[in-house]
Amino acid sequence: MATLTLDSVSKVYKAARGRPVTAVDAVDMRIADGEIIGLLGSSGCGKTSTLRMIAGFEDVTSGHIEVGGRVIDNLLPAERNIAMAFEGYALYPPLRVRDNIGFALLRDRQPRAEVKRQVEEIAELLEIVPALDRYPPTISAGQQQRTSLARALIRKADVFLLDEPMSQLEPQLRAVLRARLKDWLITRRMTTVFVTHDQTEAIALADRIAVMEEGVLQQFASPDELKERPANLFVASFIGEPPMNLFEARVDRSRSGLGLAVLDAGGARAFELRFDAEVAGLADGAAVHLGMRPHRLRLGDRAGAVQGTVTSHSWLGDQTHVGVEIGGTECIVVAEGEVPARLGAPIAVEVPLRAVHLFDADDGRALFHGSEAAS
Amino acid sequence: MQRQTVIGRGVRVVLLTLVGLFFLFPIFWVLLMSFQTNQDILRIPPSLVFTPTLENYGALISGRLESTAGVLEIRFMNNLMNSVILAVSSVALSLLLGIPAAYAFARFKFRLGEDIAFTLLSFRFAPPLLVLLPLALYFQQMGLIDTYIGLIWVYQLITLPLILWIVRGYFEDISEDIEHAYRLDGNGWFKTFTRIAIPLAKPGIAAATLLSFIFAWNNFVFALILASADKQPVTVGALAFVTASGIQYGQIAASIVLSVTPTLLLALYAQRYLVEGLSLGAVKG
Repeated sequence: MATLTLDSVSKVYKAARGRPVTAVDAVDMRIADGEIIGLLGSSGCGKTSTLRMIAGFEDVTSGHIEVGGRVIDNLLPAERNIAMAFEGYALYPPLRVRDNIGFALLRDRQPRAEVKRQVEEIAELLEIVPALDRYPPTISAGQQQRTSLARALIRKADVFLLDEPMSQLEPQLRAVLRARLKDWLITRRMTTVFVTHDQTEAIALADRIAVMEEGVLQQFASPDELKERPANLFVASFIGEPPMNLFEARVDRSRSGLGLAVLDAGGARAFELRFDAEVAGLADGAAVHLGMRPHRLRLGDRAGAVQGTVTSHSWLGDQTHVGVEIGGTECIVVAEGEVPARLGAPIAVEVPLRAVHLFDADDGRALFHGSEAAS
Repeated sequence: MQRQTVIGRGVRVVLLTLVGLFFLFPIFWVLLMSFQTNQDILRIPPSLVFTPTLENYGALISGRLESTAGVLEIRFMNNLMNSVILAVSSVALSLLLGIPAAYAFARFKFRLGEDIAFTLLSFRFAPPLLVLLPLALYFQQMGLIDTYIGLIWVYQLITLPLILWIVRGYFEDISEDIEHAYRLDGNGWFKTFTRIAIPLAKPGIAAATLLSFIFAWNNFVFALILASADKQPVTVGALAFVTASGIQYGQIAASIVLSVTPTLLLALYAQRYLVEGLSLGAVKG
């Protein structure tokens, strides 16, 4: 219901002994009104600290946070008009689930009948109607989590912060609620930032995803963009299931087009790739990281395919993950449907240009995305 | 297996009975003594068969003890009242000061915070007699000797550290996020403290109150030195039964029974909250 801007926000924790710890390092984010943002990253990457600074439980060490154009750095949590669902639920134990959810509305002196109607509406959405008249310590963790989510969603706040909102739910329920939650957020134009370490959830819910690592915002982009054009090696390896195949490689420009000599762990030449594409930059002999999306690789013996042997094979019911050894390097190929492949059998892997990503060998920044050159 | 459980159960009953006897026997004996005359009490060997008398209680309540040496005036009821005033007010003062302090120590990290908390605890390390002599001199100069205010002040040495440290632990156990959620819902920190933190720490506060009340009630040496007869609590007042003509065991027993009763009632009443606190803690998500 309002824009949210993080302007070069940092959080430094002063340690009693030793060096201060930078939990969040100059994060810039401009979030539009009604946008849904996922904060994704491994544990301790600074995503929860970021959320807590927005809510006002942590001071901002430097930078500014604005909600709807209003700087909120020095406001008390109560003055920020922000709703939050906590990872640890944080329900009020002496109140029934119903009163927990309606708490903020009742506090604002809204008519009881109206609050009751709204509480029931959201309880139905999140499937906690049977728990409404019980007390938080007597219901399951999943119900507590949904109560906590309901308590946040029912408010008319400017910004909604959801910290791991569905981590305790069973997979089926999570899938159902994810869709309902998204619908609820979109129809009410609720500006939302949610933290998760489940990338399926992030991709399904978010308009844009902020990938964080060691307090630094690595990339802030749409799910497609993150997959097609990862900004650096970290984002490339973090996003995608199964993860991107990564190799050391050397650029070979001795002939026309783009040649890549892929190296094995010992630095010896494992196999070669050659594409008929005009690619600017990329000096001959430059050391790079080569990334190949498993979903973009194909099995099949067409011209230019690389020969390998099958080392693993798992059929997941709708797709097959095939592990292939090519000249001493390992790589995973995802094939649609069931693939009849025996372990140890020879197999050919096609590498289309759009499967290829190149990253700088030193700092990991992206140099080239095959999908850009191919399209 | 079945045999073992039967034996196990039997052993348990025997052991529990032994423990119960060990702890309850003195109280039971004192209760018996309070209904006996001095002659019955001093009879050798002691006997469980005697004619119960209410003489001891009568003397305590009327304040007149008639013995062979004449009529002795005792101020037991006055002492009992003093005990109530001293224990209740010093615990109340400690709660007033200690709960906000405990919250501050639990929630806010500030310079010297740990040192201050530890200093407060260290008051309990000092032997009371060591503190008392200089204290008595200062109190005399300040006009605080033999006043309720002076005694309540000194009693803070007993009650405040206890309440502070017990309640602090309970505050630390409350998830900070519950308070955060309440503050995000539009409440200030003071309201969060009174509406969320205190109610959730209630079992701890009840336990600390009970314990510090018992400690304050049982205190002997502070009041012995810093107060005269009309401000003394029962613990000191019971000394009056050691008279020139002999020790009035019957009255001592009766006064013990009467002075234990308030703490006992309080403990029974507070037990409800203590148990509630334990069970809440067990199912906390």
